[in-house]
Formats: sequence, C-alpha cells, structure tokens
Amino acid sequence: MSSKPAAAIGPRTGFRSPGVRGSRASLTVVFYVVAGFVSAAMFIPFFWSLITSLKPDDEIFSMPIRWLPSRLTLEHYRNAFTTVPFGLYFWNSLVLAVAGVVANLFFGSLSGYAFAKLPFRMNKPLFRVLLAAMMIPGIVTMIPSFYVLKHFPFIGGNDWYGAGGNGLLNTFWGIILPGASGSFAVFFMRQFFLTLPSDMMEMARIEGCREFRIFWNVYLPLTKPALATLGIFTFQAGWNSFLWPMIVLNDPNKATIQMGLQAFSYNHQTDFGPMMAGALIAVLPILVLFLFLQKYFVQGIAFSGIKG
Amino acid sequence: MASYGKLTRHQSRTAYLFITPTMLLFLVFTVVPVVMASYLSFTNYDVLSRMKWVGLENYRRLADDSLYWTTFKNVAYYTIVFVPLNILLSLGLALLLNYRRPGVRLFRTFSYMPTLTSAVAAATVWVWLLHPEYGLVNTLLGYAGVTGPAWLAQTETAMMSIILVTLWQSIGSNMIIYIAGLQGVPDYLYESAKLDGATAIDRFRYITWPQLRPTTFLVSTMSIIGALQLFDQAFVLTQGGPGNVTKTPVYLIYQQGFNQLQMGYASAQAFVLAVAILIFSMINMRMNKSEEPVV
Repeated sequence: MSSKPAAAIGPRTGFRSPGVRGSRASLTVVFYVVAGFVSAAMFIPFFWSLITSLKPDDEIFSMPIRWLPSRLTLEHYRNAFTTVPFGLYFWNSLVLAVAGVVANLFFGSLSGYAFAKLPFRMNKPLFRVLLAAMMIPGIVTMIPSFYVLKHFPFIGGNDWYGAGGNGLLNTFWGIILPGASGSFAVFFMRQFFLTLPSDMMEMARIEGCREFRIFWNVYLPLTKPALATLGIFTFQAGWNSFLWPMIVLNDPNKATIQMGLQAFSYNHQTDFGPMMAGALIAVLPILVLFLFLQKYFVQGIAFSGIKG
Repeated sequence: MASYGKLTRHQSRTAYLFITPTMLLFLVFTVVPVVMASYLSFTNYDVLSRMKWVGLENYRRLADDSLYWTTFKNVAYYTIVFVPLNILLSLGLALLLNYRRPGVRLFRTFSYMPTLTSAVAAATVWVWLLHPEYGLVNTLLGYAGVTGPAWLAQTETAMMSIILVTLWQSIGSNMIIYIAGLQGVPDYLYESAKLDGATAIDRFRYITWPQLRPTTFLVSTMSIIGALQLFDQAFVLTQGGPGNVTKTPVYLIYQQGFNQLQMGYASAQAFVLAVAILIFSMINMRMNKSEEPVV
C-alpha cells in the first residue's frame, strides 16, 4: 500500500475520487501523531527514571519539576550499591538466570529432539501430557512444590523420609530444579526439530554415527536461532521472577535482584534517586540483550502467537 | 527386517534416555505437586507440626472468610477491566504499526520496551511516577489544569493504577503477536473486498477480526490466566492497600501459606482460585467460539 503516485496507476484508480491523495496525506499525519504519542507514553517511564537517577537530590523534589538536571551525578548509584549489597544480588540473579538458560536449552533440546525425530511408543502420549501441563496455573503447584523441596530425601539434613531438615529450601537448586526443563522449552524445540529434514539422520547412521553424536553434532548446530530465542526468553523469565525466589530463599545473602529492589523500595520509601538507580540496574541486562538480539525477541513472540 | 526392528528398538531406547531428565523433573515438580495440591487442602499442614487430615474443615472456613472473597472480587474486577483493554489496545496498536511507513520499526521498539522490565522494577518506577505531589503523571495532569489524585493511596484509584501499570507492561508483546497474526491474513481477501467496495470498517469487521480469532483466543486466554494470578505489581505498588482493595488471592495465599504457615488452608484457597481460573478460561473459550468464522 505505498502512497507513491506510480502505485495509483492500476485498475483500481477509477474508484478513487480526486480527494484520495489528500486524505492519504492526512492519514500519514494521523499515523505519525498517534504512533508518536503512544511511543512517548511507553518510553517516558524509562526516560524519567533515568533522569531521576542522575539528578542531585534537591532537584528530585523541586516544584515545578525540572525536565533536565542542572548537573549529572552518580551518587544515587553509589548510594544504592552501598546501602544494600546490590552487586551481590545482581550476581545471584545472574547465576540463577544463566543456570536456568543452560538447563533449559540442554534438556529442552534433548527431549525436543527425541519427541520430534525418534520413534518410540510413548512419544505422543507423553508429549500430550507435557503440553497439557502448560495449562496448569502456577498457583496450583506453588505450595506443594514448596513441600516437595522441603521434604526432599537425603538433602539438607533430611532423612530417608524427607524429615528433619530443610531439604532444598534456601538453596539455588530450589529455584533451578523446578524450572530446569520447562514444558515450553521442550515444546518449542520439538517444533523446531520437526522443520529439519530426517535424511541427515539416516546418512549419519549409515556412516556409523552414535545417536547422541547425531543429536549433538548434526542437528543441534542447526537449531542455533531457536536456541537463541529460547535462551533469551528463559533468561528474561529467570531474571524477572520474583515470587518463587522470595518463597524459597530466606538467606539475605542469596536474595535476587528483584527481591533486593523490592526490599529497598519498601524500606526507603522516599529515596527515589537510589530507587530509580536500582530499578534501572534490575532492567539493564534485559535491555542490553534486547539491543543486540532484537530479532530473536520478535521471532519468539511471533512463535507464541502462531502456536495458538 | 530383523535389523530394522533392532534399529527402531535402539532408537526408542535412545529416545527414552533423552527424555529421562525432563520426565523425572516433570514427575517431581509437576505431577507430584498437582496430585498433592488437592490432598494438602484437606490437611492442617503448617510445616512445623505433624500433618493431620481435617476433612472439609479448610473449605468450611473458606466459605466464611470474607477477606478471601474480597480478594476474589478485587481480582475479578481487575480481570474484567484489564483483559478487554489489553486486547483492544494491543490490537489497535498492531493495526497502526502494521503500516509500512518510515520509522515504524522505531515505534514498535518503543512500544515493546516496557515488556522487558520486571514487574518489580516497573512497579518501583511507577510508584515514583504516580507520586501525588512530585510525580510526573500528576505534573502532566497539572499542565492540563487537572489536579491528579493520590493514585496509589486512594481506594478509588489504587486498582486503576495497577491496571495502568500492567497494561503498560503487557501491550507491547501482545502487539507483536497481533502483528504476526495480521501478516498471516492473506492479501487477496482485502483485494477482493476492496473490489466489492467494502469500507475500511467492513474489512476489519468481516476479514481482519474473524481471521485473527485464534490470535485473540491465545492473547485473551494468557491474559486471563495471568490476570487472575496477579501478585507482583500489587505487592510492590500498593502492598494490597489501601484497605485491602488491591489485595489479590495469590497475595493472600502467599501471606497465609508462607507468613502465617497455614499451608493446608492456603492450599484450599489456591484450589478454589484454580477452579475460578478454569471457569474464566472456559467462558472465554465459549465467547471466542460462539461466532462462526465468516471466511
């Protein structure tokens, strides 16, 4: 639908009244006004938190508001890092999110490959069960999962019956394991493996290649775009998760950045400078990922739309 | 043929080996919890003392728990306002940003950026934006001559603020889903409709909307399930206040189960919420199926 005059030469030109070109132009104006307005509304919170985090304290509460600070200062960032161990929280979140990504990429593609490419009797039924489980709301499993973690046998001081200790509570495993092979990861990778041809497998077998090598050396390298997309989404989910880490982790030294930020903004309710600094730090890794890997984000979202 | 059978058997053994880690984790962290979910709701499990079977006691207590039903009412209100607005705005934005015009990608990026933020960070920033005296929102309203309310502290606007923040966070990704859906609508439908003299509104009503039904179904289902389990934003923005108007069932379950350690009772609450989610999803399915596709 280009608005160039050349495009107007065609069988449909006859339907157009002379005012069409004028209305096209005004439509363009409407487009830019509305799109610009919406984009501004979406972006202003980022802009304003950044400005606030860089403003001297007295200018944060100035009336009327100052859109641009008289000088830039990093004191709020210093403040945020010294009042609470933000660096440690950042590290904890990073460890948890990366572990989640590695586990999901490995187990997800391993079983996704099996479901897509290998014949076995329970293939369809087991896959359907995994798929159905994606519909179970998280609230159903929240308390029982806590129970399972607490009463995990032989771990964290527990005996054979899972009594006596705290099991996997208050450990990073309590967060990594329940999400280590998400049904979505399996489903996502299976769909991708289905699009790859099977004859490479036959060839490799004739050459005497072992099954794991076929998966690891022949097929997995072909799924890099899918792995990138899945990795990004798993990272984002792990980095941003809040309720489950808050339930599992009691030790302040194991807190994640989201927990740290929440506690900070709860305890320092008027320190908006450091609060904004903390919030931006908590968002930064995902923003950086997005900046460099934008197309994988969009592909991933579009995929979740197509599966519907 | 014998060797063929041997090969398949070998392959199926490999397959079982490959899915073992996933299935074990699935068993321990999904199957067992789902089975336990209803069982725990009939006990007085409190982490510390011995678990006892108490029959329907928790559900009897639940029926008289006015706070629980208040949280239900809150989240139902939230869902009924949030979900249609979410669909309306993200579809509207998708229709707008589906035009190929210079700069459209930049507009899409800006609209998508809020979905990257964590609920906690977004809520933290919005606490500041919605500050009654120094907040940006009330300042901008002030330019227009309107005195803004104390958004998070007033009972009338607290839930509205949460709706605003969650919309800001979720429109972007739904917009991308809708754009993908729009690009899947075959062009010839529009071409022939135009030849027949259909107006833009007709084309939306009879082509775009019916063609997007699967997308709308997906978006609405996901946002209903998410909306009924609202927690993070309510926890950070308003702490459930003022006067419990923004307290949600998940919030209450969290407090009951993990602060007061009444996990048996909290399980009953969770079970009832799960049933509510199921009912809402079914209603949504009915509504999406009720109209037969035109094309």
